[in-house]
This record gives sequence, C-alpha cells and structure tokens, in this order.
Amino acid sequence: MAKKPQQLAIDTRPWRDTANNKPFVRIKNVSKKFGDIIAVHEVSLDIYKSELFCLLGGSGSGKSTLLRMLAGFENPTSGTIEIDGQDMTEVPPYNRPVNMMFQSYALFPHMSVEQNIAYGLKRDGLPRAEIAARVNELLALVKLQDYGKRKPHQLSGGQRQRVALARALAKRPKLLLLDEPLGALDKKLREETQFELVKIQEQLGVTFIVVTHDQEEAMTLATRIGVMNQGEIAMIGEPTDIYEFPNSRFVANFIGSANMVEGVVSEDEPDHVRIRSSELGCDIYVGHGVDCAPEQRLWWAIRPEKMVLSREKPAGLHGANVATGIVEEIAYLGDISVYQIALASGKRLRVSQTNSVRGNPDAITWEETVYVTWDEDAGSVLTS
Amino acid sequence: MRRGWFLPIAAALGFSFLYAPIVSLVIFSFNESSLVTVWSGFSTKWYGELFRDPQLLGAAWLSLQIAALSASIALVLGTLAAIALVRFRRFRGRTLFAGMVSAPLVMPDVITGLSLLLLFVAMEGFLGWPQGRGMLTIVIAHATFCTAYVCVVVQSRLSDFDRSLEEAAMDLGASPVRTFFDITLPIIAPALVSGWLLGFTLSLDDLVIASFVSGPGSSTLPMVIFSKVRLGVSPDVNALASIIIGIVALGVLAATIIQLRTKPKNRQV
Repeated sequence: MAKKPQQLAIDTRPWRDTANNKPFVRIKNVSKKFGDIIAVHEVSLDIYKSELFCLLGGSGSGKSTLLRMLAGFENPTSGTIEIDGQDMTEVPPYNRPVNMMFQSYALFPHMSVEQNIAYGLKRDGLPRAEIAARVNELLALVKLQDYGKRKPHQLSGGQRQRVALARALAKRPKLLLLDEPLGALDKKLREETQFELVKIQEQLGVTFIVVTHDQEEAMTLATRIGVMNQGEIAMIGEPTDIYEFPNSRFVANFIGSANMVEGVVSEDEPDHVRIRSSELGCDIYVGHGVDCAPEQRLWWAIRPEKMVLSREKPAGLHGANVATGIVEEIAYLGDISVYQIALASGKRLRVSQTNSVRGNPDAITWEETVYVTWDEDAGSVLTS
Repeated sequence: MRRGWFLPIAAALGFSFLYAPIVSLVIFSFNESSLVTVWSGFSTKWYGELFRDPQLLGAAWLSLQIAALSASIALVLGTLAAIALVRFRRFRGRTLFAGMVSAPLVMPDVITGLSLLLLFVAMEGFLGWPQGRGMLTIVIAHATFCTAYVCVVVQSRLSDFDRSLEEAAMDLGASPVRTFFDITLPIIAPALVSGWLLGFTLSLDDLVIASFVSGPGSSTLPMVIFSKVRLGVSPDVNALASIIIGIVALGVLAATIIQLRTKPKNRQV
C-alpha cells in the first residue's frame, strides 16, 4: 500500500533538495511545557508545500500538542513557528491561514451540515451567493450533496468525518491540520477513506499535516513521516526510510515489528562489519561500513519478512548469518505465516514467510528444528 | 409475558401519595360551598372571587415580578460562577468557591433569611442602602439562593461541553466573543432556560426567606396565602393554589421538553 511512485517522482520531493526549496511550514526549536511537564521538547521541523506530512507517535508523545501549536490553540513556551514565511507565534487561531479537522470532528450540533460548512465563509463576510456556491462545491467534493439540510446527529460516523473535512477545507486554507482524521471510523471505512483523503489532498494541492498513532495509516497517507517520542522527533523520513532504515531502536520497534539483537563489533572494516552476537548464537555479517569502533556494543534490528526459514542448513555468508532454533509458535494469517523460533540462548526470533503454496502439506511445523538466514543488508545496525 | 400486579399497584399507591392532596385541592377549588371541606356542587365562582380581590392580585403581581427579576439576576451570576468553576480548572480558592456556591442549596431557609435580614439591617446602618426592606431586598435574597441552583444546572451542562467546538469556531475565524454567542450560548441555552425556570419557580414558592426580608406593603403571594390560611382556609385560596399549580406544572413541563429535545443532538461520537 505504498505511495504510487509515478505520482511522486523524485523531482517532486522538495525535502530531498533543501538548498533550492523553501519550506512552507518552519518549526524552529519549539518547546512546550505544561507546568513541570515537558510536552514538546526542542522540535525543529520543515514541511514543504503540498506535502502530506504525518506526525506519528504514541499517546503522550507530544504530537497533538505540536498540532495545536500550529493551529494556535497553544502557545510555544519557546521557539517559533513560521507558516509561508510569516511568524505565527503571536497570531491567534482565528487569524491564521490554517484550518483544523478535529478528532471528535467538533461539528456544531445546532447547525445543519450546510451551516457548518458555511460557518467559516460567513466569518469572512463573503456574499451569500458565493457562500452557497462554495458549500455546494464542497458537498460535491465529499459526496454529500443530498445531506446539506441534515443535522450532524442524523449522519453516520463516516459522513460526519466528511462534513468535518469539508468544513475545514471551506476557507481554502494554505495548511490543513488533521487530528486523527480516521480515528473514529471502523477498519473497512478507514481504508476507503484513507485513499479518498489522499485523492482530495492531491487534487487540491493543500499542505496536510496529519497526527496519528496508527502507523499503517501514516505509511499509507504520508509523503513523509515524523516519528515522535516523549516530546521529541525521533526520526523524519519517507515511509520507506522509516521502515527499512530506522535510525534508532525506538523507531525500529515502534514501526512494524522488528527482531532486536544485541551484539559486539568484532571486525570493523570500511566495506563490512562483523558483529558477534551470543543471543543469536552466530555472527552477523553486514555488507557496508558502520560508524562504530571494534568491541563496541550495539544493536541489530531485522524485520520478520527479511529472513528466510529452511530445514536444511543454508550456506550463509563468510561463516555468518545463519542461526538455528526450534519452531515454538506459528501464527497463520492467510497470506503469510509468522513463526516464532526459540534459539538456544532463549532469544526468540519472529520470521514471516509468504504462503505461496496453497494448503502446503510440507510446510514447516511446530517443534521442528529450522535454520534462519538473511542477506548482508537485511538488517539495520543501530547505535542508539 | 406474565406481568405481576405488584408493580402497578405500588406505582399507583406512590403516585396517589404524591398527588392525591393536589388533586383534591384542585377539585375543591371548584366547590360551590364556602366551607372548604364540604362539597355542595360545581362552580367556578371562587375563581371569579379571586380576580376581585385586590390584595391577592397585588401580591401575585409582586411575586411574579420578584420571581422574574431574581431568576434573571441569578441566571447571569450563576452562569458566570459555573463558567469559572468549569473552565478555570485551577485557581486559588476553587474548592472554597465551589463549596460556597452550592452551600445555599442545603442551608435551612430560616438561617438564610435571618442572616440576610441582619445583613440588610447592618448595610442600611453603615451604607444607607438598601433603604428599608421591600421588593428590592426580597429580590436580592432570592437571587442569592437561586444563583446556587442556576450554577449547578449550568455547571453540569458545561462540563459535558466539548471544548473543541469552540476551538473549531475560532479556527474558522470567529473571535472569542463571536464564538461565545454563536456556539457556546446556543448549546448551553437549554440549561440556561431550565435554570431560569427553576429560579423563577423557587422564588415564587418561597415563604420563609421572603418573610424575613420583606417590609411593609411588600407581601408576596405565599405570605398573603399563609396569613389568610391562618384565619381559616377560604375556597378562593384553593382556586389561587390551583392556578399556581397549573403555572408551575407548565413551567416544569416546558423545561423538561426543552432539555429532552436538545439532548440527543449533542451526542457526538
């Protein structure tokens, strides 16, 4: 479910060329304290025009506070926020070129769908006919043409979500903030809505900043993801970077599932690194140089699908990258099966394999002794 | 689907315990006889009699004015207190303030009345205001305890209030004042209406506090009725009581309907 590459060619990724592109939203060293609690700590972030940027993090990671500071509901304790080159730090929410879609949708219960959408336009003092035209346009955009006269409580969850989106888009904001936009929808509706949201974003070219705790949602929607942990940005990158090249143990564990192994550097060469791991019961051969020192303790993370399971002992690489253990658990998920392998050290590895043979009678089963192997670039070496 | 006989009978007994006296009062208000306890035929003459009694009519008019005024003052003060309690979660003396606001709910009327009387007398001595006791002092006294009721009603409504509604309005370009009138006020309006009606009814009802703080020539309706009854119950009091019951019942009904009709709309997912 990755982003379609033809829609987002390399040259449309402004963050890859920071010298020639000006960021649209610039968050500089922003901190926010509530009493003694530091909600956001020294966050700096550049977001470019027409991006769909996801702030991803668990509860209490500060992602919502950061979003609320962008909307103007909270003031940073220190640091500045610039939108389109203008300092927004002192600007109240009602004067910002920013609109927000709330997690609870916050539809005005005493107004009809049309009145909800028109509310922002009325505040701008637009002529009546123009407002009516714009409201109809937005109702068409979110496919709710026949629902304009209804009150919010007469709508389903998905319809309310779309009204909230239409209302937030009504004033043609330069920047749209979305707080858990799909959080209240059930799984099926959520998947449909995800793509709809991306479509609308691409169609209008508005910059979106989405806050979510759902990594799958972030991966599907985002051009880039900012992973937040305890008020700080742990990593910023495109979904593939975040998943395939995590920069820390936190990111590797938070996004997807990863097997994390501790080891000691035994060979440190410019073109490869060998890590001795008593947990794995074998050496790890990494096919690229790593910024580390001999005998340094570090971690190596590998995704379950990057490993191969076999009954026969594979050749391995330079006498490394082969571990052995006993199949302890199998989770059959239909398309894939996840095997939990207990190694001699007591460490458990999770390995997933595609079920490419239908009803395979010869599949690896419980209590079997198996070998696990991987490529020289399959895992990430992490020093923090 | 066997339904027991116990529940319906228990309910009937309960309701008759509550309402039989009122029903009998209403029935006897249509009694022809001038003896309250003897039924001698249907007549509406006591209602006619009532409207020819200037003392009762004057007292009723005064009571209505006092009730409307004190309910309105209580509405403003109570709403402000509720906003302070709900919106400003922490401020110095919050617990004390919360306790003090709701204290009049449980304070015996006699004590409230007496303490207010002492206050008014002392104020007159030191400040020269309020001069004497009359409608003004009753209004102040009623507003004091009605404020507590309004505050409780509005507070419960405000604490369910989704703050993001106000944020959404501001986000769409409404100033804080505009937001209050466009969003906050319409949504808490049912609580304001029922708070006002509650205050109105309580003020109309009050005998004890009014007796303490009223002055010559400012007898409220309950005071007049009470003094009349002491001289022996006359049937026109029955008629008057029936009218008051009618008004109060209508008020309560209206408040309930308003509350019920607006409730489901605020159930946001």
